[in-house]
Amino acid sequence: MKEARCQLELRINGDTRLANAYPTDLLLDVLRDSFGLTGAKPGCRNGDCGACTVWVDGQPMKSCLLLAAECPGLEVTTIEGLKGGEMQRAFVEQFAFQCGYCTPGFIMNAEALSRLQPPPDEDTIRDWLQSNICRCTSYEEIRLAVREVIQRRSEGKLAEEAERLVEDGSGGMKGELNG
Amino acid sequence: MPMIPFPFDYYRPATLQEAVALFGELDAGGKRPLYYNGGTEILTLGRMREVHTEAVIDVKRIPECRMLGRHAGMFVWGASLTLSEVHDAGLFPLLGKTGAGVADRTSRNKITLGGNICSQFIYKEAVLPLLVTDSLVRIVGPTGDRVAPIGQLFDQTLRLGGGDLLVQAMTATGYAELPYVTIKRRKSSAIDYPLVTIAAIRTQEGMRFAFSGLCAFPFRSLEMEDILNNRELPIAQRIQLASAALPGPILNDIKGSALYRKHVWSVAMTEAMEALEKGASIGR
Amino acid sequence: MAPGESGGSALAEIGRSVPKKESFYKVTGTARYTGDRTEARYLHASLKISPHAHARILGIDVARARALPGVRAIVTGADCDVLTGEEIRDRPIVARDRVRYHGEVVAVVVADTETQARQAVDLIEVRYEPLPVVQSPTEAMRPGAPILHERLGEYEKGPGVVPVPGTNIASIIYVRLGDMTQGWALSETIVENAISFKPSDHAAMETRSAIAEILPDGRIHVVSSTQAPFAVKMYMAKYFGTEAGQVEVEAPLVGGAYGGKAAIQLELIAYLASRAAGGRPVKAMYTRLQDMITAPCHIGLEAIVRLGSTKEGKIVAAHLTYRFDGGAYDDKSSDVARAAAGDCTGPYAFEHLHCECLTVYTNHPYASAFRGYGHAELTFAIERAIDALAEELQIDPWTLRMINIARPGDLAPTRDLLNESNLGDLPACMERMKALAGWDDWKVRQVDDFRIRAKGISCFWKNSSIDPNASSGAIVSFNVDGSMNLDTGVVELGTGTRTVLAQILAERMRMRTERIHVRSVVDTAISPEHWKTVASRGVFMAGRAVLHAADDAIRQLKAIAACVLRADPEDLELGDEEVFVRGDPHVRIEVKKICYGYMFPNGNTIGGQIIGRGAYTQRRMNPMNPFTGEGTPGPEWNVGAHSVEVELDTRDCTYRIVKAISVNDAGRVMNRMGALGQIKGAMSMGLSFANRETFLFDNEARVQNPTLRDYSIFRYGENPEYVVEFVERPCLDGPYGARALGEHGLIGMPAALASALSRASGVRLNRLPLFPERIWRARMGYADDSVSL
Repeated sequence: MKEARCQLELRINGDTRLANAYPTDLLLDVLRDSFGLTGAKPGCRNGDCGACTVWVDGQPMKSCLLLAAECPGLEVTTIEGLKGGEMQRAFVEQFAFQCGYCTPGFIMNAEALSRLQPPPDEDTIRDWLQSNICRCTSYEEIRLAVREVIQRRSEGKLAEEAERLVEDGSGGMKGELNG
Repeated sequence: MPMIPFPFDYYRPATLQEAVALFGELDAGGKRPLYYNGGTEILTLGRMREVHTEAVIDVKRIPECRMLGRHAGMFVWGASLTLSEVHDAGLFPLLGKTGAGVADRTSRNKITLGGNICSQFIYKEAVLPLLVTDSLVRIVGPTGDRVAPIGQLFDQTLRLGGGDLLVQAMTATGYAELPYVTIKRRKSSAIDYPLVTIAAIRTQEGMRFAFSGLCAFPFRSLEMEDILNNRELPIAQRIQLASAALPGPILNDIKGSALYRKHVWSVAMTEAMEALEKGASIGR
Repeated sequence: MAPGESGGSALAEIGRSVPKKESFYKVTGTARYTGDRTEARYLHASLKISPHAHARILGIDVARARALPGVRAIVTGADCDVLTGEEIRDRPIVARDRVRYHGEVVAVVVADTETQARQAVDLIEVRYEPLPVVQSPTEAMRPGAPILHERLGEYEKGPGVVPVPGTNIASIIYVRLGDMTQGWALSETIVENAISFKPSDHAAMETRSAIAEILPDGRIHVVSSTQAPFAVKMYMAKYFGTEAGQVEVEAPLVGGAYGGKAAIQLELIAYLASRAAGGRPVKAMYTRLQDMITAPCHIGLEAIVRLGSTKEGKIVAAHLTYRFDGGAYDDKSSDVARAAAGDCTGPYAFEHLHCECLTVYTNHPYASAFRGYGHAELTFAIERAIDALAEELQIDPWTLRMINIARPGDLAPTRDLLNESNLGDLPACMERMKALAGWDDWKVRQVDDFRIRAKGISCFWKNSSIDPNASSGAIVSFNVDGSMNLDTGVVELGTGTRTVLAQILAERMRMRTERIHVRSVVDTAISPEHWKTVASRGVFMAGRAVLHAADDAIRQLKAIAACVLRADPEDLELGDEEVFVRGDPHVRIEVKKICYGYMFPNGNTIGGQIIGRGAYTQRRMNPMNPFTGEGTPGPEWNVGAHSVEVELDTRDCTYRIVKAISVNDAGRVMNRMGALGQIKGAMSMGLSFANRETFLFDNEARVQNPTLRDYSIFRYGENPEYVVEFVERPCLDGPYGARALGEHGLIGMPAALASALSRASGVRLNRLPLFPERIWRARMGYADDSVSL
């Protein structure tokens, strides 16, 4: 039963972080327990629900299907490190969540999807977003939010704004709810 | 809650030689090592104690395992390519799309071609296109580096020796030009194991088929292909006759009874054969 | 006028699509759920569960587990002899001597880390002697069936619970109207239709979690993913003999509940674990598997409905037999059954009625509340029978429903007199649904050689039965800038109720909802009580309490303003965060200058901070008589009409759900997008349930699909097009006329889907879920008895 911890140097949300972890620790648990990044949720720990989705080198992946030990040298991005708030705003405006538990995972997946070039078609959107389960909404709300962002991005209207948001790091989230 | 209820060590060798040597050492030390690609299965089955190991050897950053491209008239598929990468490369739709029927997209961003083929699960759908295209597999192990036709090694599972690592698969590029069918039927959900998955291709000589979900293992049956290519008989009759030549009993489980599975297979086969005989393709 | 309305002025805040107050926490990962709390001082609990559905426990050996480093305590059934249950106290917190369902907790390990706890669990050895299992109500009632609870007669039980000792009947309730002999004599056509489905799961994305701690002064502190923190408080005090005030329960944001988190279970386990570990805080989180099978599930049902009708389609007699599969312990099952009995006819008035409604013990995971609380279940039974009758009578199913729909002046099964306020306007919903569905255009249509499109319809009602003395409170206060704080005991489950409550307050105060601050955590030590966040009662009850609290605050504001403005309080009005003289509006003062009292220029101050308080209890409720059904279990019957369109491939009976329509009487839409989301989300859940959701049991009653991989629920893109509209006929008791909404998109969906698929396939489909294989077997005449169904 004895197991040795190891020191892992991880890149998380742009920072270098050290984790004292067991080789068997999942990235999900290291994010939550070592760094307090609880946006990734343990919905099933079996790769079935997508609530723990994060980016690894920009690719959305389920953090319950990764060992933390696999991650040194890779850029891990969690919902807490997501820059640019368009997808998040669209989810709010379209009421694309209720309880919110699946939302960080959905947004991480949708955000990566919306950055695809050329812009994804309906089949690709469905294929990607079927990776996450939402038990509250009808998915129509999510579809509207994601399509809206994809469409705006494909029209290039947000290109400049996105850059600005990345730079000031606010994610464009300041005071958006009022009004 | 930790996912894995037993400890193991994690190794990440840089070369094939290191990986194989490491396997030998760990094996000799009684660590029951496992090569680790996407690792999704080791993690999920490990959680349920259906896999046990004291050492995993992560091979997915070894350059040979990551190879993707054309070489000497062959597509080369590194075993550590993810199913998403194989799909998105768009080189060979039959493989890309059949692989894209496995699990869901973000899982396929982790699940690898090699991991799927060497899976403990009974489906291994990514092997079907390799079977119908007589693809080659490159194996590295304690006895060296060798290439063999997959048909020689795959019998219900990929028959590897202790310490053998699947490094690559290779498919003649000409197959990408042929009419093909990939059909996956599930119980009810868009994301599920198959009731039946069919991968088929039509060559000069005739149609070739490989199946998953129908029996408790994936297979290609030359005997069934002979029957299915007998154009003197109507399609329905050929399917009926072929079903009598299955290499094992039809699966009967929570996804579908054997009775219904056989029916679903027949319906899908009708669709597949009608398309192929017209020279048309069916993708997902 | 409905409560809150002042007449004349248009409503500015009610109806507005205000995003949920906690929205930006939820999209940034900063929303904190129970399991997100991590503290170094926490110990961790892990559960050993039974692999058998029914077995005697011969022995538990914890020695090896106890010896593991980091293990602080191990709890087994021997450590606590308290029996729990809200209706019948039949359930030990940890199994003693016997397990009655697959997944039942047999031991709890408390350790320093989760890993240690989990590893120790694996070392606990339990010896079982398997016992024969009971798999369905029918089996459970067969002579000679194994009895699950031999001591049923000795259990403490709530009023109105009528168990039958010596059998597996946990509770029985009858509803009778008129005279059945006369009813059958008047019947020219009689149909009988049987339906059934097995237990299934809530499958909220957040698995249930609880943290319990016993403080040095004996106080019990619990944090839980619960819909019912005040019930947790009450029952823990009762079970463990503590003073009520000694229990504090915090309910943070909850990650989906659907009724499943109203049950009290893991809190009790966490408490025992903490007690065993000297009171240290213990965190327990169900794994997905445990959340599916150990925790309470969605009830199963077997029902037989016999309807007698004139040939014109007037239903004059109904004999209803409902046998709910409550699983191994009663929990809320018998209350779910009671709710179903109260509304047993569906939204119809049958003059002669006999309903026998049973809650039956089986060796299945035990059931608790599930969105709809017995109504999707009874509606499936009734609506399938109505369709069968329509077919028999050759009357259009829509018309047959319209002939029989209960109207003001009719009696409910509970003998309550229905009127325009307590009964939603179902005929209006039905008319609108018919138009939206294009029902008169076509009902079945061949698309090509293999594909058939068909439509199905259903309608429903639901009364929200809750404890007759259930109460709800609200406290409002101000900030120095004139903005307000609102606290209620309503847990935020994702339904947006706390935001709607803020809208109600804003409307009443004539200010903007954005200026109302709402806490997202309920703490029973601070928050006013709200009985349970269930039964779609949040807006109704807490909304009324908020109105009272607002009025209380307004009265206080006016009292201070009257002094300052030297005007009679009765001449004052409130609006835009100012108090002004009605007839001379330039005489006014800002709320921010008086909400903490008013300070005159010389420093003299009058009044103090203003705190408004309000409470509400539903009027003239009384429980149902279990032998006649008479009573007033809830205040109003809310209604809706559904339609579903499918496209069936007749080759393999796979199908696509093309469109789903719901028209509901909302009374008043409080938050348009929120309401649409509630209805559509519920429709999705209802369709997913009807299409694919069930536990699959093996011959030993073990659940074969306890993962989200094998228990599949709708995913993105599998949903049909949703069409939702509202009728708004105010309920005169609801705030601003609002009616309950949260469950109502679900209730008729299974029936409508089965109706459409029956029409498409040409066979009557009466069992759920409607797997393609099930439809195919029905069409082929094969038995419906595969391991896959």
